[in-house]
Amino acid sequence: MACEDYKDLMMGYLDEELSAEQIRQFEEHLTTCKQCTAQLQEFRQLKAITDQMTLVEPEDRLWQQYWDGIYNRTERGIGWIIFSVAAILLTIYGGFKAIEALIIDPTVGLLLKAAMLALLVGLAILFVSVLRERIFFWTKDRYKDVRR
Amino acid sequence: MSSVCEKELVLIEPARRGSREAFESIVKMYMKNAYFTALGLVGNRDDALELSQEAFILAYRNIKQLKPNRSFFPWFYQILRNVCFSHLRKTRNRRSQSLEKLEEQRPVADVDDSFMPDVVAERNENKDRVWKAIGKLDKKHREVIILRHFQNLSYEQMAQIIFCSRGTVMSRLYYARQRLKELLSTEKGGD
Repeated sequence: MACEDYKDLMMGYLDEELSAEQIRQFEEHLTTCKQCTAQLQEFRQLKAITDQMTLVEPEDRLWQQYWDGIYNRTERGIGWIIFSVAAILLTIYGGFKAIEALIIDPTVGLLLKAAMLALLVGLAILFVSVLRERIFFWTKDRYKDVRR
Repeated sequence: MSSVCEKELVLIEPARRGSREAFESIVKMYMKNAYFTALGLVGNRDDALELSQEAFILAYRNIKQLKPNRSFFPWFYQILRNVCFSHLRKTRNRRSQSLEKLEEQRPVADVDDSFMPDVVAERNENKDRVWKAIGKLDKKHREVIILRHFQNLSYEQMAQIIFCSRGTVMSRLYYARQRLKELLSTEKGGD
């Protein structure tokens, strides 16, 4: 086997993750290969530093408030959904009432009423079109289950 | 970490049925692992806190996808790494766009300046240099270094959570450490 074939074993040897047979095999290679012996030494020096490294433990306060942060964000998410649904319903209701008042008002001209009706029909077509497009692409998207 | 302990099994079932209390206990069990893993992947404390919490929120919303009798952390780790990698991608794109505006041609690494050495305990010059170099590794290489050295996972556990073979873990570690050596020697040469 060439040195290239021993690179994985070298890592296992360094991290003490090899079986007895693999250790024997790798040590046998080391006796005949100065290049791998030197490389192993360099990796050992690097590992000595990384093994000493630890990350700063945050203040206890962070752990005490950790769950609260998650809870508040999930609660806020639900709050936003309810708020958005209510806002949409109120807008639709308010818009409907305003248009109804406009249509039954005899002082408003026919042209304005027709324009308002056209505006509503246009909005409805746009809404249905966008919704249909979204549903179509979502059902046909081959990559929707792919983890991004 | 990857073996399913009894305490965890007792919590997973009610959590899957929507129990917030059970999920809270799971979060408390794994929050340190999640935070430190995220810190290793993205390199700064604020992002690590934000992203690890976001991963738990996504886990809570999708907990039904966790199969019964399966350990929580390997499943959760997929969410956490996706959240962190996605954050790194966005950061890189933003930086790349701002660099384009400045008409600079310098290639952009996954992370560099955001890997602040102040997150390393008992700092010294060597540790600072190594930490900065870890920040310059590409994300897959950084991931194996973090899991091995900062989470102390065995090769078996690493293979389980990053969905690859033991051989791939060893090979990835080899190239990660090789690259780390190169980065450190380049830096030394440049000093």
